[in-house]
Amino acid sequence: MAYVAIADRDHEQEHHDPQTFITKYVWSQDHKVIAIQYACTAIFVGLIALGLSAMMRLQLGFPDTFSFINPENYYQFITMHGMIMVIYLLTALFLGGFGNYLIPLMIGSRDMVFPYLNMLSYWVYLVSVIILIASFFVPGGSTGAGWTLYPPQAIMQGTPGIDLGIILMLASLGVFIVAFTMGGLNYVTTVLQARCKGMTLMRMPLSIWGIFMATVLGLLAFPALLVSAIMMMLDKTLLTSFFMPAISSMGTDPGYTGGSPILFQHLFWFFGHPEVYIVALPAFGIVSDLLSTHARKNIFGYRMMVWAIIAIGGLSFIVWAHHMYVSGMNPYFGFFFATTTLIIAVPTAIKVYNWVLTLWEGNIHLRTPMLFAIGFIFTFIHGGLTGLFLGNVTIDLPLSDTYFVVAHFHMVMGVSPILVVFGAIYHWWPKITGKMYNETLGKWHFWMTFLGTYAIYLPMHYLGFAGVPRRYFAMGDTDFLPESAQDLNAWITVSALFVAATQILFFVNVFISLRNGKKAGPNPWDATSLEWQTPDTPPKHGNWGHDLPECHRWAYDYSVPGYDDDFIPQNVPADKAPVGRDHGGKH
Amino acid sequence: MEVGLIFLAVILASLIGWMLKQSFNTQPWVAEHVDEASYQAPFNAGAKAVALAALLAVITSFFALMVSAYSLRMELGDWVPLTEPQLLWTNTVVLILASIVFQWTRNAARNGISQRIKPGLLLTGFLTTAFLVGQYIAWQQLNASGHYITSNPADAFFFLLTGLHALHILGGMYVWARATLRVFGGSNDIEESIQLCTVYWHFLLVVWLVLFGLMLST
Repeated sequence: MAYVAIADRDHEQEHHDPQTFITKYVWSQDHKVIAIQYACTAIFVGLIALGLSAMMRLQLGFPDTFSFINPENYYQFITMHGMIMVIYLLTALFLGGFGNYLIPLMIGSRDMVFPYLNMLSYWVYLVSVIILIASFFVPGGSTGAGWTLYPPQAIMQGTPGIDLGIILMLASLGVFIVAFTMGGLNYVTTVLQARCKGMTLMRMPLSIWGIFMATVLGLLAFPALLVSAIMMMLDKTLLTSFFMPAISSMGTDPGYTGGSPILFQHLFWFFGHPEVYIVALPAFGIVSDLLSTHARKNIFGYRMMVWAIIAIGGLSFIVWAHHMYVSGMNPYFGFFFATTTLIIAVPTAIKVYNWVLTLWEGNIHLRTPMLFAIGFIFTFIHGGLTGLFLGNVTIDLPLSDTYFVVAHFHMVMGVSPILVVFGAIYHWWPKITGKMYNETLGKWHFWMTFLGTYAIYLPMHYLGFAGVPRRYFAMGDTDFLPESAQDLNAWITVSALFVAATQILFFVNVFISLRNGKKAGPNPWDATSLEWQTPDTPPKHGNWGHDLPECHRWAYDYSVPGYDDDFIPQNVPADKAPVGRDHGGKH
Repeated sequence: MEVGLIFLAVILASLIGWMLKQSFNTQPWVAEHVDEASYQAPFNAGAKAVALAALLAVITSFFALMVSAYSLRMELGDWVPLTEPQLLWTNTVVLILASIVFQWTRNAARNGISQRIKPGLLLTGFLTTAFLVGQYIAWQQLNASGHYITSNPADAFFFLLTGLHALHILGGMYVWARATLRVFGGSNDIEESIQLCTVYWHFLLVVWLVLFGLMLST
């Protein structure tokens, strides 16, 4: 057929500029506004979860001091902290926030393919957040079952929030999955359908690759969470026995027959492990672009980076049972899952080497986004290495349910993605708002956060080795722990409160920049990818003015020999600039 | 979990295969002209078709995991096999007829035989509604014979699977209703909607045959 720009092929792509304030900023179908709505909502619930973690740390660092924290509250804080951070903050922020903002701009499209569905996705997400927050205020409070919601205790007497709390939690998850599916179908279809002329898959920036693969994982993995949420909801409300074993509770028979709690664990972790990569893959992609841009060097091994993202995505579906080594599984299963878990370290290590090699002999500019990107390499390597410990059955058994595990997953999927989130916000801030942020404040923010997280999580590894169990409200008197373990706990608490407080620097920076920030140029970092080449900054509705851009090269033409500037944007034609590097390309 | 894994492997393999085909032997660092095919969508499909394919992958994952849960739960001691109501056979035939009529309508729309579209859509809607009513009657029959959702895991799965399948059909009916209203409103630009609805109907028929077969055989 004759060429029609893919982005122009469908009727949905014809946009009419929104007229009123409400259609422009509230019921907006513009991907950039929806992205900001998603991001603000996610950061707002994230702050609630941060507050909850501060309360938990107060109890752990100084037990018997705070009368307003009782064991029930403590379990509710744990549960909601974990659930919010993993799902409502990180998943929503990376895919709903950055995915929405970056996909159309980076692939040269005017908007998502289905703008109305995109808008609906945000509002349904908001409903799920409201249901989640409502569960704090119902009788009995929110659920205290732990973010894994394991039955039977999630709905048995003795766990906080077994009335409305758990019901609202499950309902909120169901609504969230609907919202995510609407958004996810949009992201996948947009990447496949709406790329501009010349934007082949292998010219897409790695940010898009990471977001795309994470969305695919989410679309295939979230149904597992939905299945388990539906079944547990029926177990709770109609007294079916999908997961609930024949059990008597405080002398009474609640009426369950022989269901299987292990079945829930399988379903939950079939979602839960890909979820780790739903959070990590966008971070991998974004950090690659930050490193390349601020080191003025092409990303090392672009094709390997793409294939590693694909390989990690595929492998992430066959490692789930490494979360269940202590559930009494067949040793051959344990062997299988330990093997797949260690295999996944190979593509991950390829990515880490390539990041480091990208920095090698680069022209490194230590601006705030770059600091956060390099900080990510540190925290991710540390978290990844402890993952090798826990992936082995024999080492996992004694370490399971200790603070070693807490330290591991906070390093690898808490701190690391959050550092990327901050790096990405600083990096794209001039494009999103048209204003510059304060570099000095940004650097203070980085160093306090980065060093502070080490002050928190390094000691936790020692506590874990010493045998301090996680999820305990208070340790009481234990023979195997020295007194000093409590001192370490107090130190962790002080550090955690300090890091939480320093996040104010970020909000101060945002506030000052929005009010009095220096006006940003269209491309302050001299970056190559398409979002920096928009005619307006911040981009207007429709992104590209009259003509869609045309892509002529990959996104990593930095410091190309024989060219005056040290970057060549993706929309510069081949005859206006060198056509390639000396990797054996055509000259 | 094997069933879920097999379905997932097929879905992922087809996606990854396509992506590798796009990325193998390319030299992304070379700024050369690329031909059209390499930046166009798979199979030159429209956006709605791609989105539908992605949605079907999501629903496949959902039901495959349900089937996995069914087979794992079945192995436990308290499972008492359920004798499905005979009515389900009739319902199955009705749903097959609905798919056939939808295909007939879609062929008419594609070949421009517009007088067949309206009766075709109405007949499809009627047959699909008849299927849903039939499923509801089957529920009533089970309840009347003392099978409730709490009676036994086999019963619980029967109500759960049929209910979830019916919900997905209702979702399809919403799109069918919009298309039908547009046809009766005089719209001619209807071929794509009918085409995609037909695919969805065939898909849900296959899902039903798998679920029905699974419940019959256990």
